[in-house]
Amino acid sequence: MSSAVVASTDAGAPVELDKMRIDYADGPAAHLDLKVSPGEIVMLLGPSGCGKSTILRALAGLQPIAAGAARIDGLVRLGPEAHCAMVFQEDALLPWRTARRNVEFALALRGVPRRERKQLVLELLDQVGLTPFADHLPKQLSGGMRQRVQLARTLAAEPRVLLMDEPFGALDAQTRLDMQELLISVWRQRRTTILFVTHDVDEALLLADRVVVLTPRPARIARIVAVAHPRDPDAQLQPEFGLQGKEILALLGHGQLPPTEDRKD
Amino acid sequence: MTTTEERVLQAVPGAEAPPVERALSSPGRGGRLAAAAARSLPIVPIVGAVLAWHLLTTYDVIAWLRFDKVPGPLDVFHSLRVQFETAEFRQHVVSSLGRILSGFALASLVGVVVGIGIGRSKVVAALLRPLIEIARPIPAIALVPLAILLFPTSEQGIIFITFFAAVFPVTVATMHAMKTLPLVWMDAASTLGANRRQVLFHIVLPGAMPAIFSGLSVSMGVAWICVVSAEMISGQFGVGYWTWMSYSLLDYAGVVAGMLTIGALGFTTSWLIERLGRRVNRWLPGEAR
Ligand SMILES: Nc1ncnc2c1ncn2[C@@H]1O[C@H](COP(=O)(O)OP(=O)(O)OP(=O)(O)O)[C@@H](O)[C@H]1O
Ligand SMILES: [Mg+2]
Repeated sequence: MSSAVVASTDAGAPVELDKMRIDYADGPAAHLDLKVSPGEIVMLLGPSGCGKSTILRALAGLQPIAAGAARIDGLVRLGPEAHCAMVFQEDALLPWRTARRNVEFALALRGVPRRERKQLVLELLDQVGLTPFADHLPKQLSGGMRQRVQLARTLAAEPRVLLMDEPFGALDAQTRLDMQELLISVWRQRRTTILFVTHDVDEALLLADRVVVLTPRPARIARIVAVAHPRDPDAQLQPEFGLQGKEILALLGHGQLPPTEDRKD
Repeated sequence: MTTTEERVLQAVPGAEAPPVERALSSPGRGGRLAAAAARSLPIVPIVGAVLAWHLLTTYDVIAWLRFDKVPGPLDVFHSLRVQFETAEFRQHVVSSLGRILSGFALASLVGVVVGIGIGRSKVVAALLRPLIEIARPIPAIALVPLAILLFPTSEQGIIFITFFAAVFPVTVATMHAMKTLPLVWMDAASTLGANRRQVLFHIVLPGAMPAIFSGLSVSMGVAWICVVSAEMISGQFGVGYWTWMSYSLLDYAGVVAGMLTIGALGFTTSWLIERLGRRVNRWLPGEAR
């Protein structure tokens, strides 16, 4: 597709959560230690309200870190300075801007000169398959299309770490599969590091290199499951898929924990 | 523009025509008749009122209310035609419009800036909120004597009074809008690297436009009330002044002509604000593209 869009900087950056703790007024919301390699896809799974969004928001620079540290590319900068961009669960598009202008907004904020923006916007919208809808306002797009615009807008920031907070949570199963494929194809081109929050065990196992299962609030790591065959198209047919799914569900409190070896590393 | 009644009628199928009429006529003709009836419905009360006015004044009815000195619609129509041909009357209209627009423009600007300031900064809120809460309940028209003392010309005094009346609705609407903006818009912008100024101009201001425009249309209404009253009290020009002068000169047809002119001006300016608001806010879910 479009080679000009691909980050000229090296692709994914390593992420390191070093005993990072995040507090709200009523107590800690997350406390964890985690190392993510460059270009790795890590899925975060945990009970509702455990602090998953909080962790991503901290990495996006939207939430102060109370103790410990978060390092991206070895430095303690977070958010846009660290090329860390976020896809929100909610509709985060600016409703008064068309799809094209939403994507352009990210380019403008990044300081891309006006005359270069137009071409880049077209390439990004093409990448998410929305060229015919470039001039539609968000209210004229379906939920899946809006999330694709959001993805395009986030990619326009040329992130080295992509934070995704249940980006496909509100979509139907079919659209969700399309979006997962789209994400993987984008990832294959860019090798961005991805931290992805989901509620869906299958989604986690389909996309991840590793699945991080979290405890109820404050979020701590309950277990890290390394996926047997990451992003293998036939993964679902293999026995490990079912077993690992059962294991994760059990950790989340649904059913018995199967007697597998502890994969926590 | 469609009126509310028309919209209601369109929304309720079969509400246009009485059932008997529909039963008697063929469906095609019935539909057309019903549509014509629906369109003419808003005109009926207006025609009725003018007719009643005409009859009451022609026969000089005195029944508690006294219509003997009230000019009839024909006198008023005549007066309007004569006045609009004089340069003097047009000058009065222009000077009222000038005052409204300057007072209103100033109020919009100050209202939006102060509203955003109060809504987004604790310091500005602490500084200005008490002052605003004290000043707001004072009816602008009560400031006329003070404005006469304060300003070198009555022109400036009238603009000040208009400004004073119009500034609060915009300020309050903008201030409240700051609290209702979805946080995810700001979060999205700041994760994309927007600084405070960019958040202000690209998120806060466009996001607050629906509320700002509802403040503006309230402001436009009170601005006319105040400009006309101020002109009646202290002006040397303007439609309000002209209307009051007509009363002093016992030109009662002129009084009503002035009234109607003020009404038409108020309607037009409010309509313009409404149109502009719809354009700016056409992204709202309720606005068809
Ligand atoms: N701004 C806030 N102030 C105080 N507490 C908050 C705030 N935001 C979230 N919390 C609390 O922190 C905890 C974690 O919230 P968070 O949004 O991270 O959960 P989550 O794991 O993303 O949940 P879900 O899966 O439902 O999205 C919750 O108990 C929530 O009540
Ligand atoms: Mg969440």
